[in-house]
Amino acid sequence: MTATQTPYIGQRVQRKEDPKLIRGEGTYTDDVTPAGTVYMALVRSPHAHARIRKIDTSRAKRAPGVVTVLTGADTAATGPLPCFITLPDLKTTKHFPLASDKARYAGDGVAVVVADSRRAARSAAALVDVEYEPLPVVTDARAATKPGAPILHDDIGTNVAYVYPVKGGDIDKAFREADVVVKHTVKNQRLIPNAIEPRSIVVRPDEGGALTIWTTTQIPHFVQLITSLNLGLSQNKVRVIAPEVGGGFGSKLNVYAEELLAAWLAKTLGKPVKWTEERREGYLATIHGRDIVEDVELAAKKDGTITGLRIRGTANLGAYLQAFTPVIETVLHIFIVPGAYRIPAFDCEIVGVHTNTTPTDAYRGAGRPEATYLIETSMNLLARELGMDQAEIRRKNFVPKDAFPYTTITTLAYDSGNYDGTLDRALAMADYAGFPKRRDEAKARGKLRGIGLSSYVEICGLAPSKANHALGVGWGGYESARIRVHPTGAVQVWTGTSPHGQGHETSWSQIVADAFGISPDDVEVRHGDTLEAPGMGVGTFGSRSLAVGGVAVHKAAEKLREKIRLIGAHMLEASPDDVVFEGGKVHVKGVPERAKAFGEIVFQSYLAFNIPDGMEPGMDSTVYYDPSNFTFPFGTHIAEVEIDPDTGTTQVVSYSACDDCGVQINPMIVEGQLHGGIVQGIGQALYEGAVYDENGQLVSGSMMEYDVPKAADLPIRIQLDHTTTPSPVNPLGVKGIGEAGTIASTPAVVNAALDALAAVGVTHIDMPLTPERVWAAIQGVKR
Amino acid sequence: MRRAITVVVNGTKQSRDVEVSQLLVEFLRDTLQLTGTHVGCDTSQCGACTILVDGKATKACTMLAVQADGAQVTTIEGMARNGELHPLQAAFTKEHALQCGFCTPGMIMTAADLLARKPRATEDEIRHALEGNLCRCTGYQNIVSAVKRAADDMAATPARATTEARR
Repeated sequence: MTATQTPYIGQRVQRKEDPKLIRGEGTYTDDVTPAGTVYMALVRSPHAHARIRKIDTSRAKRAPGVVTVLTGADTAATGPLPCFITLPDLKTTKHFPLASDKARYAGDGVAVVVADSRRAARSAAALVDVEYEPLPVVTDARAATKPGAPILHDDIGTNVAYVYPVKGGDIDKAFREADVVVKHTVKNQRLIPNAIEPRSIVVRPDEGGALTIWTTTQIPHFVQLITSLNLGLSQNKVRVIAPEVGGGFGSKLNVYAEELLAAWLAKTLGKPVKWTEERREGYLATIHGRDIVEDVELAAKKDGTITGLRIRGTANLGAYLQAFTPVIETVLHIFIVPGAYRIPAFDCEIVGVHTNTTPTDAYRGAGRPEATYLIETSMNLLARELGMDQAEIRRKNFVPKDAFPYTTITTLAYDSGNYDGTLDRALAMADYAGFPKRRDEAKARGKLRGIGLSSYVEICGLAPSKANHALGVGWGGYESARIRVHPTGAVQVWTGTSPHGQGHETSWSQIVADAFGISPDDVEVRHGDTLEAPGMGVGTFGSRSLAVGGVAVHKAAEKLREKIRLIGAHMLEASPDDVVFEGGKVHVKGVPERAKAFGEIVFQSYLAFNIPDGMEPGMDSTVYYDPSNFTFPFGTHIAEVEIDPDTGTTQVVSYSACDDCGVQINPMIVEGQLHGGIVQGIGQALYEGAVYDENGQLVSGSMMEYDVPKAADLPIRIQLDHTTTPSPVNPLGVKGIGEAGTIASTPAVVNAALDALAAVGVTHIDMPLTPERVWAAIQGVKR
Repeated sequence: MRRAITVVVNGTKQSRDVEVSQLLVEFLRDTLQLTGTHVGCDTSQCGACTILVDGKATKACTMLAVQADGAQVTTIEGMARNGELHPLQAAFTKEHALQCGFCTPGMIMTAADLLARKPRATEDEIRHALEGNLCRCTGYQNIVSAVKRAADDMAATPARATTEARR
């Protein structure tokens, strides 16, 4: 603890999570092995699309250590995997943990082996004989919409799962009256999340038919809910624990096939069942992210004022709808496309398409990075067309700071903002004015240097339950919190959020410490165990934890604060109107020595003889907080790159970011989220991309082929600055920061690269900007 | 096939009969229950399983347990001495160099090897030394800061630095 005085909110309090993690004493799911555990291994289709003719399990069943071998036909009692989204006319089909009619992507599970060791299970899986009839394969979403394309789901009869339009204003007039229209095709390539901890699950059957489940999840309560519903177990008989979780980034925001299979097998076999994915297996069987192609037309006046935006996009959903698949490139994408700008007319339609690939779902930012990449690269295209400066075209179209709350053309109500403010500070930090000189110096060294801006707005605090319902999300967007102050004054907090690196134990304890005038060291924050938590926790995703879950904790503390104040007044024989609770004491206004301390009052709440008549004894509160609106953080990021035209290598040589996430609880944690997010977004810009061959085989199928950013890739210090525009949506004034870095950095880097490449006539390039691709683009122009 | 091996792990002699195909990381995690060493991939890219074998950073997923017969092994659990954190452990928390913590043990072990070889490693050398350890949370910036800070702390207390280097 470095912070020593209140308020703790806003201080760089050292993390409570760290001591066990730096000693190697954290318990992750794979570290849990109950006595008598048996191990599960899945047999996965090597074909991207194939009818399953016959499965012969006899050889596998005879292998040493094998407990059982089962197919889709044997395991239908697990029930189907959930999809929580209901869009209008969404085509759905039942998605079981094991495919029984046909396999629809390379990696689709077709059988499960249980054995007495991990190795025995994996070895026996290789002995399951599956007779496949390979079928024609389609991996490209646009190709999958063409007549004659192989159809994945015969019961739906089309690969198109949804067509989602969003319109506003008079788009025809906007384009008719425009002086200039710029067009380009924007591709957000498919990414593989790569949380460093592989997925894992352990299910232990307990007395009375109960199950205890340890799993790598961001949503333990949903795993509990679906497990109990699908397996027909009373919900109180299913306890789900998300212990330490080694990163998620959306990839652990699902109820996966292996979770349902392991739970059902444990229940059926009466033995603890464990499964931990191998990394190469995870590349196939854990959701992928992004994968959307959009044709964009941006219309504007000569002075740069935008008049309209038209988008026709195709999203690659992969073979099945996972928990949130249909919401990613629709609701979470389209609505925020206008970003920081006033756009009077808007016409967007996204078609969601099944292909013979791993399902896509939420990956850090989930639809919003795609939106920001679209609008921010389009803004630069427009600037180049009009000969305008990148900063000026943005200023020209920014929602002005006196226009908040501001309703976008897509009907979002932006809570607060000062977009010029973050732009100004980012420009100063990046020495934008000095760039031409640096470009000339680079040119003298034979390098192409470019600078790129990205001004983003993101949607956090998912979500008001009514908005969720209206948008097709099949569950409320509240969060729960419980605070219990023991008779001795010890404070325990339970949160419905489920952190996996975000430091909620620390930040939530700062919130509670300030409310009670105590130290964060005296507050214990617990999470990720459905047995202990309030009835329902929604979980950690969409930069929602602080703006919803943290606020729930604050409100639970406020309820107790008021109770403490009332008991304190009673003990002081003063009118409640005449006392205040501050600095850990209730005292009579103006008479600080007439006081009762937090500890005395709490103790009295349990003695209970000297509390106001009619008041409940005890010091315990549970709150479900449902926000009235989303929150909308914003900022400007500026990247500078140097490209070696001889090799095509792109190096980020400077990175400056000014963000505004409202009030910061712990700036150290905010900065950590930004560093990680920015590098993850740079990964999309420069290095990462899932590649399928024409047969639907994932060519980038391991960490050897898929280029996750490494420590030496970005040999610079990211510079950070911030402004603070509190959100009026919640009493803490907080917004959210978990995804901002990833959302902002990808277009900043690509805009910088295109700025550099403009010198040699390259006007468009698709991500990732590998040396080969950059070099080829330069050569293409030369020819 | 099984074979008897003796490995000194975190200063304690461990004699076991092991399958010859058992990986060193399985020996540590499954046999000795030292679960601080993690497994993040199956192609030796991620570095979450990095430990010290005779003082040298080694990916425990790419070595058989029998190959460690007679060796001195240090895992993350052996880094703190008498309740006192290793300077790298202390620096990782001070610099907020971990979020989910899964890569952290491997990062610390790789950095320990680096600082034993190059006590005044430059930022560039630190970044290159950590190339075999993947982190998806931090963007590496604070990890690099932590390793630098630990180097400074160890230089300021030479006795400790010498002990660490001999590990």
